[in-house]
Amino acid sequence: MTLPLRLPRVRRGGEPRQKTYVFNWTGRIGLAIILFWCVVAIVGQWFTPYPVGKIVDWNYFGPVSSQFWMGTDYLGRDIFSRIMMGARYTVGISLAAVTLACAAGVILGMVAAVIGGWFDTLLSRLLDAFNGIPSLLFGLVVVAAVGSSIPILILTLAAIYMPGSYRFARALAVNINTMDFVTVARARGEATPYLILREIFPNIVGPVLADLGLRFVFIVLVLSGLSFLGLGVQPPNADWGALVRENIEGLSYGAPAVIFPSLAIASLTISVNMFIDNLPTKIRDRSE
Amino acid sequence: MPATGCASPASGKGSPCLLRSSTTWLLVAQRLGIALITLVIVSFAVFFATQLLPGDVAQILLGQAATPEAVAGLRTAMGLDEPAMLRFIHWLTGLATGDLGVSYVNHMEISTLIAGRLANSLELAGVVAALSTPVALCLGILAAMYRGTLLDRAISVATIVVISVPEFMVATLAVLIFAVWLGWFPALSYGVDVDSIGAMLRAYALPVISLSFVVSAQMIRMTRAAMIETINTPYVEMALLKGASRTRMVLVHALPNALGPIANAVALSLSYLVGGVIIVETVFNYPGVAKLMVDAVATRDLPLIQSCAMIFCFSYLSLTTLADMIAILSNPRLRR
Repeated sequence: MTLPLRLPRVRRGGEPRQKTYVFNWTGRIGLAIILFWCVVAIVGQWFTPYPVGKIVDWNYFGPVSSQFWMGTDYLGRDIFSRIMMGARYTVGISLAAVTLACAAGVILGMVAAVIGGWFDTLLSRLLDAFNGIPSLLFGLVVVAAVGSSIPILILTLAAIYMPGSYRFARALAVNINTMDFVTVARARGEATPYLILREIFPNIVGPVLADLGLRFVFIVLVLSGLSFLGLGVQPPNADWGALVRENIEGLSYGAPAVIFPSLAIASLTISVNMFIDNLPTKIRDRSE
Repeated sequence: MPATGCASPASGKGSPCLLRSSTTWLLVAQRLGIALITLVIVSFAVFFATQLLPGDVAQILLGQAATPEAVAGLRTAMGLDEPAMLRFIHWLTGLATGDLGVSYVNHMEISTLIAGRLANSLELAGVVAALSTPVALCLGILAAMYRGTLLDRAISVATIVVISVPEFMVATLAVLIFAVWLGWFPALSYGVDVDSIGAMLRAYALPVISLSFVVSAQMIRMTRAAMIETINTPYVEMALLKGASRTRMVLVHALPNALGPIANAVALSLSYLVGGVIIVETVFNYPGVAKLMVDAVATRDLPLIQSCAMIFCFSYLSLTTLADMIAILSNPRLRR
């Protein structure tokens, strides 16, 4: 299965590089929202207006008021506080998973591209086969078998998205691998680790970072989906997907308890997409 | 190597030469072979992932109070004391012959549990595919035709938004708008009795609408990309230069050659149904295979989970394989 990712063109050696690192406005707005959620994920714990698990209102599915900025949930807990705490799970788990997936995928991809031969063929075939499992389904099966805990979630999500990252990095690295400076380095007698670290990696790092951003969005979506099905972060803790699930009963009343966690997920994923789409060409290396 | 009688490269698309070329069939056979191998690896993964369960299945079934003799008896009866590899082969042959085993929870034949549900799910998927494909194709081609205009930008922003938000959010939004604020449809699809055609239509409407949004967004994006790639080729530019209108340029010159990539895009987008259907069936309480599987996960009914997972993997794989085969068959460059 191929994800519709854009494969950036590889930079040619002699091209003039007058492009700068300036972000346009859409990119800046995206970056601002991403940074905002990161800050909330790190320090939000100390700024919640009410204790996260405490029932503060006898009126369940309460409306937006000056006392409860985003209403109250099905037990009468403050949604604003729960969203601030949920940021920690949603952003934290996704970030850990995407880092793991991309690190493993990129390293394996570069090694496969440089070594080539049967190692490359075997690994590519095997990981392509794993790409043949729909992502949400893979999560369902693993969680059904091993149960749900945060380390399991991180590992599962990383395992789901590692093959895609591998394929992406390998395609880029194969292109670089045929270039003259790599041949020269090889002729100099450099070892494989040197080739990978000093010759290949610096030349693919830009597109790989852009790919990491897109993969982060997919991971947030699958994590929220799993939590929504009740298989992700377990109560009493809740990430944003779990918040939507808890309060889904309130949907028929149009309760803010369902709407605000959904908005939080949407704001995070859309802003990452906005940011990645508007990355400066110098980082992204897009030919357009 | 090209088959005899196929020498003229100008014979173009759709010529009988396509079917006579042995390399094409070789490529198709190769792709089918890869799909088959993938399916075996996937079933291997599904089987052994569910074997990771800590604890003994027989012990779990009988509860803590069971005597060791009873547990041992059940283990032998269920064939659990055989080596894992042998059980895997048994399970795989059972799967191939339609014997899916027995549910741990209610001791019913899994094939009877699934049969009715599968029809429901296929019905949902079929309606969604029939509804979203024409709409998505038109919008995608329009966006590519008027690239850079307000229409194109509006479509692009809308599809990006739908793709970036989780499926359950699309579904909940649809409920909020159509069921809560407008009051057109009931919020749950099977809580209501479906005695008349009108009631049935209304019960189906929300799941179909939500799923269509998710699938169409993917399809529009991919169709637009495939179309733009064709429009950027020199011969389409030539058509424009010789004075063809934009409509003629796109519909007569570009579209026939973009059909292959577009069909590929349609098949790939339909594979998103597999993920979407899991969420949408849960939100709307729709009695399909996905709901069955999510319930099975809650009760840890492993044989049922395995069978449902295989159904999903199989449909996903067949769609992606179909997409690849369309790409092979529609690309004359691969035919040498």
